[in-house]
Amino acid sequence: MISLFSIQRMIPGRVKADRFNRTWMFAWLLVIVVLPLAIAFGLIWKSSLLFEDHSLIEMIVSSEWKTLSGKFGFLPFIISSLWVTFLALIFAGPVCLFSAIYLTFYAKAIVLKMMQPVIDILAGIPSVIYGVWGVVAIVPIVSKYVAPVFGVQTSGYTILTGAVVLAVMIIPFILNIIIEILNTIPKELSEASLSLGAGKWYTVKQVVLRKAFPGVVSAMGLGLSRAFGETIAVLMVVGNVVHIPKGIFQPGYPLPALIANNYGEMMSIPQYDSALMFSALLLLTIVLVFNLVSRFMIIRYEEKFR
Amino acid sequence: MKKNSGKSFKKTRLKYEEYFFRWVMFLSNYIIALILGFIIYTILKTGIPALSLEMITETPKGGFYFGKEGGVLNAIIGSLYLGLGSTFLAFVVGLPVALFMNTWLMNKKRTVNLVRFILDLLWGVPSIVYGAFGFTLMVLLGLKASLLAGIIVIALLILPIMIRGIDEGLKNIPKGLYEASYSLGSTKSETAFKVMMKQTMPCIITAVLLSFGRAIGDTAAVLFTTGFTDNIPTSLSQPTATLPLAIFFQLSSPIPEVKQRAYAAAVILTAIILVISILSRVFTYRYKKHSIKF
Amino acid sequence: METTHFSSSLLEDKNEADASIQNKETTYFYRKKVDGANQETERNKGEASKIEVRGLNLKIKNKVILNDINVKIPRNKITIILGPSGCGKTTLMKSMNRLTELYPEMNVKGEIFIDGEEILNSRRDVTEIRKQMGLLSQRPYPLPMSIYKNVAYGLKISGRLKKRFLDKRVEHYLRQASLWNEVKDRLRDPASGLSIGQQQRLCLARGLAVDPDIILADEPTSALDPISSQEIEKKFVELKNNYTIVMVTHILRQAARIADYVVFMYLGEVIEQGPANEFFNNPKTEITKAYLKGSIN
Ligand SMILES: Nc1ncnc2c1ncn2[C@@H]1O[C@H](COP(=O)(O)OP(=O)(O)O)[C@@H](O)[C@H]1O
Ligand SMILES: [Mg+2]
Repeated sequence: MISLFSIQRMIPGRVKADRFNRTWMFAWLLVIVVLPLAIAFGLIWKSSLLFEDHSLIEMIVSSEWKTLSGKFGFLPFIISSLWVTFLALIFAGPVCLFSAIYLTFYAKAIVLKMMQPVIDILAGIPSVIYGVWGVVAIVPIVSKYVAPVFGVQTSGYTILTGAVVLAVMIIPFILNIIIEILNTIPKELSEASLSLGAGKWYTVKQVVLRKAFPGVVSAMGLGLSRAFGETIAVLMVVGNVVHIPKGIFQPGYPLPALIANNYGEMMSIPQYDSALMFSALLLLTIVLVFNLVSRFMIIRYEEKFR
Repeated sequence: MKKNSGKSFKKTRLKYEEYFFRWVMFLSNYIIALILGFIIYTILKTGIPALSLEMITETPKGGFYFGKEGGVLNAIIGSLYLGLGSTFLAFVVGLPVALFMNTWLMNKKRTVNLVRFILDLLWGVPSIVYGAFGFTLMVLLGLKASLLAGIIVIALLILPIMIRGIDEGLKNIPKGLYEASYSLGSTKSETAFKVMMKQTMPCIITAVLLSFGRAIGDTAAVLFTTGFTDNIPTSLSQPTATLPLAIFFQLSSPIPEVKQRAYAAAVILTAIILVISILSRVFTYRYKKHSIKF
Repeated sequence: METTHFSSSLLEDKNEADASIQNKETTYFYRKKVDGANQETERNKGEASKIEVRGLNLKIKNKVILNDINVKIPRNKITIILGPSGCGKTTLMKSMNRLTELYPEMNVKGEIFIDGEEILNSRRDVTEIRKQMGLLSQRPYPLPMSIYKNVAYGLKISGRLKKRFLDKRVEHYLRQASLWNEVKDRLRDPASGLSIGQQQRLCLARGLAVDPDIILADEPTSALDPISSQEIEKKFVELKNNYTIVMVTHILRQAARIADYVVFMYLGEVIEQGPANEFFNNPKTEITKAYLKGSIN
């Protein structure tokens, strides 16, 4: 038997170690929780220089971008971003929704098992690889085959190209969330409808989708915010021309691309530096708002089934 | 009679509708798989012809950016350094935090859910914003663009993935296992680091590999923070090249030979990511054996 | 009349079980015990009991789960907590181990003494208190490590030990739990690979390794097959010489087979407690009588 004495001598050490662990772990947790605030404040602080002689409204509604003469109108970038992201969502959204329904209600278990690696790999492919794919495959397709159908001539570096690449990038993201959402719906619910003699599609449409609607919407919202911040792949195929795009076959210049393309000059002109930080702040704000709303909706949605 | 025919009409319409949507769903699903095939095919088709041993065994030589000899070894090594460093950092911070949330804060569900919410928000912050923030931080701390700066920024970027990945595993551990551990007289630390960590090992491995993949593949955040160089870094304070940056820069070159190299480098990066994905499956499977199934 | 008849048949059952278990001392051992039962309890009344629960109240959101529980659990005996499911047996057991702390919704008031020392509101470190008791839960929860490490875990918590010593202790406790022969060739295999009955015995070995003097067992056989259940019962009867054993069950026959002392609970209250003999032969309350008859479940 272990002597009682030896045990008791060991105890204070164990307990002390435990208390010590609690302290530093709590400190780390605090740091992480404060991180979003730190990011926001850092960006606000760096972009404050710009606010000395520009008003927020003026910058957002103006489309004049002349860095040398200190004119910073962000409208072209905001509009480009909106074009690309919404178009991407229009492409990706329905595909994800239908695929998710297929995988959760129609397909055999093995199909989901086979699709899971596909989704994972799509989610894991780096942004720059999507960019290469866009440049090599989608740009020529758009310029040679798609644009001529609409009677347009273009290099292929367009809003449409950016949106297609972006759509593929957000598919795994949205798909995973929708599958999860659909899985939270109690099986009894659809079974009840099926047992009344309703068809499968009818059940999905009338029961499942109706229940899952808020969840699906928030999945789309999350996808949108993911798309909004995506940088490199879009930058590589979207053309990067500062103007307000008037159609999907025109080049665009989304916000993230603006930051990425000009980081080299960041240190040169203080106001320019500040303007780029402001675009990062703008980006962060938009993405966080989308995220916040969508996640709140998802939480509310999930609580309903608990 | 009339009523009846109306009913059957509705029935046939429903039948066609079902038929139609079944096809739409079927196509939607397989189109996703096809796209993945298309992407990999494109990368391989353009990249393989440009791939050579030189690409992966040599650093860029003089005139590399005009199509002369050399390879992207600097970028490969740089990416590995960056990936390993930042994953390590994120793991060292992330694992304890995840354990803390599920052990010490076990009874504070609201707090934990708030933390989860914040982490999910952080996960949604675009990597370019991390880049800009990292740049600000660098300037503030007087750091130069370097491997270390890159490691810190990427670690921040993957931290939410790491924590939430591990947390998802810990969340599902039944209370009975905690009770078993506490009833033996374990402290919270022992319960967390000796029992729960082991139990959730498959999830930890997945989270680590996922984070590593994200770290290696990220471009936007390192654009600001690592600098770029043709040399393999020998210390944390030196700038470093990374594969995604090498691809990005070389692809924007007007010289076809240089572009070719971007394609080849893309094959290398894709291969690394695929290997990680396979490893993640293998490891998860392996480590499942010790976990108790519930 | 009827009750008595039923109970005596139960007692015969106990007789058989004990006889088959202790094949050396058989009838002699048992007769001595039955005859001396009253005598022994008399003697125990003089001693302080091992565990004493005083005025324990437990609420979950204003719902009373345990109502004014007063229990005295005798030393080196098997005490059975009996009662229909949902009556609060598990909760009472968790209170003894202070595992109720894992459930923030539980509001615990009252006192529990172990060897005369209050533990529920004690400022002593809770891990130390818990080490005095080994817990077997309703279904086994082996730790996610090898068989060897499961047993070594408890030993190691108590301090760094030399490998040779560790090996010996692990073997000792595995033997105590009658598991050694089955696992000696695969000590390094994951514990999750054992059958559920073996897992439960592993949990017993692991609990013993912490060197407690109380064993708390919450329906330890409910997930097991009859043979594994019997092995656990057999083990308990052997172990009671060195340990105070508290076991929850809702199986009447099991209680009758191994109980020395019975605490009968119903709807969060202790209805009756006393030596097994007395409890089964002369139940005092109507509820107990009804329960023994099988009309409450
Ligand atoms: N964590 C909990 N939350 C809410 N109610 C609980 C909780 N744990 C136990 N209860 C309730 O307390 C009562 C007693 O439970 P328990 O002690 O498990 O009973 P027994 O073990 O006798 O079957 C039951 O009515 C149960 O529903
Ligand atoms: Mg119970």
